[in-house]
Amino acid sequence: MTRYIIRRLLLLIPVLIGISIVTFAMLRLIPGDPAQIMLGEHATREAVAEIRERLGLNEPIHIQYLRYIESVLRLDLGRSIKTNRPVLQEIGHRLPATIELTLGAMFVACLVGLPAGIFAAYRHNSTFDLATMFGSLLGVSMPIFWLGLVLAYIFGFRLKLLPPSSRLTIGVDMQTIAQAWGLPTGPTGPSSTRIITADEFFSGFYVLRAILTGNGRALLDVLSHLVLPSVALGSIPMAIIARMTRSSMLEVLGEDYIRTARAKGLRERSVLLRHALKNAFLPIITVIGLQLGLLLGGAILTETIFSWPGLGRLVVDRILYRDYPTVQGGVLVIALIFVVVNLLVDISYAYLDPRIHYE
Amino acid sequence: MNSVTRNLRSIFSKEGSPQSSLFLDAMRRLFRNKLAITGMVIMGVFLLTAVFAPLIAPYHPLKQELIMRRRPPSQEHWFGRDDLGRDILSRIIFGARFSLQVGVLSVGFAIVIGAIVGAIASFLGGWVDSIVMRLMDVMLAFPALLLAIAIVTILGPGLINMLYAIGIVSIPAYARIVRASVLTVKEQDYILAARAVGVPPTRMLVRNVLPNCLTPLIVQGTLGIGTAILDAAGLSFLGLGAQPPKPEWGAMLGQGRYSMFTAPHIVVFPGVAIMLTVLGFNLLGDGLRDSLDPKLRV
Repeated sequence: MTRYIIRRLLLLIPVLIGISIVTFAMLRLIPGDPAQIMLGEHATREAVAEIRERLGLNEPIHIQYLRYIESVLRLDLGRSIKTNRPVLQEIGHRLPATIELTLGAMFVACLVGLPAGIFAAYRHNSTFDLATMFGSLLGVSMPIFWLGLVLAYIFGFRLKLLPPSSRLTIGVDMQTIAQAWGLPTGPTGPSSTRIITADEFFSGFYVLRAILTGNGRALLDVLSHLVLPSVALGSIPMAIIARMTRSSMLEVLGEDYIRTARAKGLRERSVLLRHALKNAFLPIITVIGLQLGLLLGGAILTETIFSWPGLGRLVVDRILYRDYPTVQGGVLVIALIFVVVNLLVDISYAYLDPRIHYE
Repeated sequence: MNSVTRNLRSIFSKEGSPQSSLFLDAMRRLFRNKLAITGMVIMGVFLLTAVFAPLIAPYHPLKQELIMRRRPPSQEHWFGRDDLGRDILSRIIFGARFSLQVGVLSVGFAIVIGAIVGAIASFLGGWVDSIVMRLMDVMLAFPALLLAIAIVTILGPGLINMLYAIGIVSIPAYARIVRASVLTVKEQDYILAARAVGVPPTRMLVRNVLPNCLTPLIVQGTLGIGTAILDAAGLSFLGLGAQPPKPEWGAMLGQGRYSMFTAPHIVVFPGVAIMLTVLGFNLLGDGLRDSLDPKLRV
């Protein structure tokens, strides 16, 4: 097992180098002078020269790349053209919102997809089965941004059941976790080394923050804001999980040990959940893990619809502002998370299935 | 002797070669699959709509009537009018052209490049294979939509650049499929036979190896067109794909979203159009997978 993990980690190295080349090349491949494009047509020559100097665009290309790698390893992703704040700080402020949304979406997807798949397999070829399968086909065929808009219209605007945008109602206040627990909030004041404090980062997870600060009103508010984006973003994994659960369960339900379990007179519930589901779970777990990574891509669109202040929206907003250092940093961070999640899925798969040989 | 040849010939002409009977068998299975038929019908309708758009569309897709903006569906304008008073039905009819084009062309691009890359990698093996496949791994290390966004950022927004972006992002999937199939096919006896009689490698690759890798490519390609249409709509929605006033469905959604709360019909119909088209490709893709290769069935 350890050897397998080490091998997987070694295989990661070329991928990481590749990611760094792609994100590095992004800025350099833009036709024309990146500094000029960022500042617009009317920029003074001095301003352009300053940006060129700041981005190191005057150096030979391989030196630029090595500089880039060096600064990334120092956790320095440069400064935003728009806000002049460190890119990593901007990302740190947005990342918790994206993670929270992704986990919310996966929760919704499992909550609906798993039981639907199990029941569809149990009632194979029934109306419910056909409806689930057709529903899951619709789910993967629907543009999530459109679903998001429709949900926001119906539940947010017409029925006024759930808030259609942002993460928190204006006027609902929450202390940060450190404030509530009487801990130091970290270094304050304009210090150049400070990027983001642990308190700022963890308090960015609003659900966690509301729970840890014991703020019931805020928790309800945060959760109600989370529902619609999670359903929209979760629609595709929901469909895929339902499909995978159904086919995996169908395979297992035909096995001899299920007949044995039934012959023993076990209750149907116990046969389904304890005997069948346990054995059918491996491919389902894999799909869930892989979808978790893919949600990061979908989050870009969902965040735009629901004015969700996450990483995806940061990237898209800053493309339009031509704030390329932020775009570059955002793409790098999302790709890194994606790779790490997929690696964890692979490793857990190997761990869960002893039949896989770790050559 | 003559009669033997004649007999053999008659057998082959009646029954066809074993391959074509396999093909007919697959087609028979496909046409018995109701969902696949539904998919084909949906696709056929959209294809005809796209081809005959100028004949079908009741109005010009770009004709504005500002005084009539955001009017709800009526007898004259079945799907209502948009922010600039344009007929939404006509725009959707013309939009079918963009979505189908982007879907088919980007997947076609990806299949051609992916097949070449995958075939060369597996056929040559060794360090070429390693380098090419690591390169594909790097591309797969980005969420597809994000990589497409990054590429469009470099190339600049627009329909053609979006087409390239989606195509490039899809290459690794096809390269992997072709590589895996070639690796399997390469070991078959008929390839050994071809090599034994001295068929040159390129000819063998094109005539013997690639045709035998087609099944997974066709299935993945059909499903891939659906995904490509969805990604294209997403990019256009974000303002990175088709630019106004082009009646591209995703762009229509992107421009209409701010009028959503006062005139929901502006957003509903383009979304339904996207969903139906993608559904068509997905149904057909699933059907093809079941009929062409029952082993692949999920």
